[in-house]
Amino acid sequence: MMPATEPKDALREFRQNLRAAPKRMLETAFRSGPPRTDRSRSTFVFGNVFLHLHSVRTHRWSLRWLTTAGLGIATLAAFLITLVTGVLLMFYYKPYPDAAYQSIKDIHFVVPTGRFIRNIHRWAANGMVIAVILHMARVFYTAAYRRPREFNWLIGMALLVVTLGLSFTGYLLPWDQLAYWAITIGTNIAQSPREITDALGITEYFDPGGLQRLLLLGSDTVGAEALIRFYLLHVMLLPLVLAALLAVHFWRVRKDGGLARPADADEILARERHEETYPVFAELPQKTYHLAAIVRGRTPAVGRGPENTVPSMPHLFYAELGVLMVTICICLLLSICWDAPLKELANPNVPENPAKAPWYFLGLQEMVSFSAFMGGIGIPTIVLAGLGLIPYLDRESEGTGRWFGGPGGWPLVRFSLVFGFSAAILIEAFAIRFGWLREWFPNIHQLVITVLNPGTVLTAVYAAFSIGAMRRYNSTRAGALALFTCFLCGFAVLTVIGTYFRGPNWQFFWSPSDWPVH
Amino acid sequence: MTTQATAKQSRLDPEPMPRRDWLGLGALWTMGASFLFAAVGMMRLPKAAVLPSPSKKFKVALPETLAAGEPFVPPGRAVALFRDPEGVYAISLVCTHLGCIVKPGAEGFECPCHGSRFAPDGEVRKGPAPKPLPWLKVSVSGGVVTVDEGAVAPQGTKVSA
Repeated sequence: MMPATEPKDALREFRQNLRAAPKRMLETAFRSGPPRTDRSRSTFVFGNVFLHLHSVRTHRWSLRWLTTAGLGIATLAAFLITLVTGVLLMFYYKPYPDAAYQSIKDIHFVVPTGRFIRNIHRWAANGMVIAVILHMARVFYTAAYRRPREFNWLIGMALLVVTLGLSFTGYLLPWDQLAYWAITIGTNIAQSPREITDALGITEYFDPGGLQRLLLLGSDTVGAEALIRFYLLHVMLLPLVLAALLAVHFWRVRKDGGLARPADADEILARERHEETYPVFAELPQKTYHLAAIVRGRTPAVGRGPENTVPSMPHLFYAELGVLMVTICICLLLSICWDAPLKELANPNVPENPAKAPWYFLGLQEMVSFSAFMGGIGIPTIVLAGLGLIPYLDRESEGTGRWFGGPGGWPLVRFSLVFGFSAAILIEAFAIRFGWLREWFPNIHQLVITVLNPGTVLTAVYAAFSIGAMRRYNSTRAGALALFTCFLCGFAVLTVIGTYFRGPNWQFFWSPSDWPVH
Repeated sequence: MTTQATAKQSRLDPEPMPRRDWLGLGALWTMGASFLFAAVGMMRLPKAAVLPSPSKKFKVALPETLAAGEPFVPPGRAVALFRDPEGVYAISLVCTHLGCIVKPGAEGFECPCHGSRFAPDGEVRKGPAPKPLPWLKVSVSGGVVTVDEGAVAPQGTKVSA
């Protein structure tokens, strides 16, 4: 009698399993199957370790072009580009003086695609700095830093600092004249607390400036030790810190309830789309769903449905990939058109004249040309502290999620722009035309100049203007709007003067063609 | 009295800490303290004890034709040497502002980086430099001048052979 089932044939089963293995591997990797239904789209997101930093559904407001302009994702995209190109450059780069310069020359002239990859690395790094500043401005002007997103604003500030640190440490690596003198100046800025301790005569006992410089350089001159330290910071420490902070930053965006939006976002969207707001629940729910413990913010789904959201897959992801592609395209185009510069081999005896830092530090360099400590450490610390405090001082709710939202609004921002630009230009023009305290009173005490220089005067004028705006509109947000706008104006004016109007010996010239031949 | 006070205690008041919690907290704080201590200890490694920079002392012979008040910069050194009837002296060319190398000229020194100007004796005339250029320790024997870039001499120290 035949058995009811076929006899087990291990060999045949093995063949079948082998044939099915690729498909099963795919199935086990993507367990939810293709994202075609809302349900599988959800599992597509929350079942993936990388994607689940996003929420499963995204509010339509977050997807509007005007909400973010994609600036945060553009920053991330630029970072990813520098990551990939940076790893490629590490194949050839040798972090040792002279050898470093030769290896960059090799990359530029000999290595296949080396020049192109290095150009992309440089342009993406510049793009990342621009994008991170614009992203910060976007978050500020849409008042998106407010409760419950205060802490994420602080994480963002840390990311800004790490981004600038990455750029700066990368600046030394080519070991050319530009690199050498920018790092000499930069590490001496780290040492500039000595301006205070020297003036007080306590450097012998308490020397934080000297310690900072020693830790950065590993020596008392810029040499092999400094290069290997900057290399370590650039390729290992800072990227690790940045990646960790990025993870927290994105996670927080989700946990804080997605992107900030106005309370009446649904009505605005409905008006734009010429439709009624679509109620999911036909009648008031009988029960309040208490999600407050899971997601912060107001309890959702009371009286109206959690609508106006769309599945993150595909809507959000395609938008993000679009921003990624645009960022890559911009970097490629710039890299085809303009090469990253490489000057002569570093010469410790002849400074570049003028020796200029990367453009985003030229505002600082302009302030440093009045007082090393105040321009390089004092005022940046004040600015960072001020920016960090904004979400803890502005506890209002008017205007959240709207461009230039809050009391004062766009008219105040416009006025602040005019004021911020005029104040910065006037103070700079005065200092350029008439000089400053040292020229009038050669024997004046250094502390007086440290406390009273064009940089501190400008900071004080801005602070006073901001307090005026706060009183006039009776609102902290108005004060913040005025201050932040002024800060951007000051940054722009100082950067432009440092970049275009400073020539040899840091003298003022209307145009680089007026520079003396030397 | 005591019983009344106990009765008035709210249920929201914190309970006295159980021994186990106390031990747990103690363990946590100990761990935190030891990590902090370890972090401070680890900072000793990057703080170099021996600096790998080349020697700061060097010997040089001044040219016979060097006029009084005219600077002589030995190749590869950030020092200007001068000779006048009172003797030989050396002034550092490292700007006291942010470490650029200043250029000696007829009317003193000027810094290419941020526009500091110094008088011929090193005093600050203009710009952001917080301190005068330091004078360096010099010794002369048999026409050969020994300069120590690491040792600062009081301003006006001139050494004759």
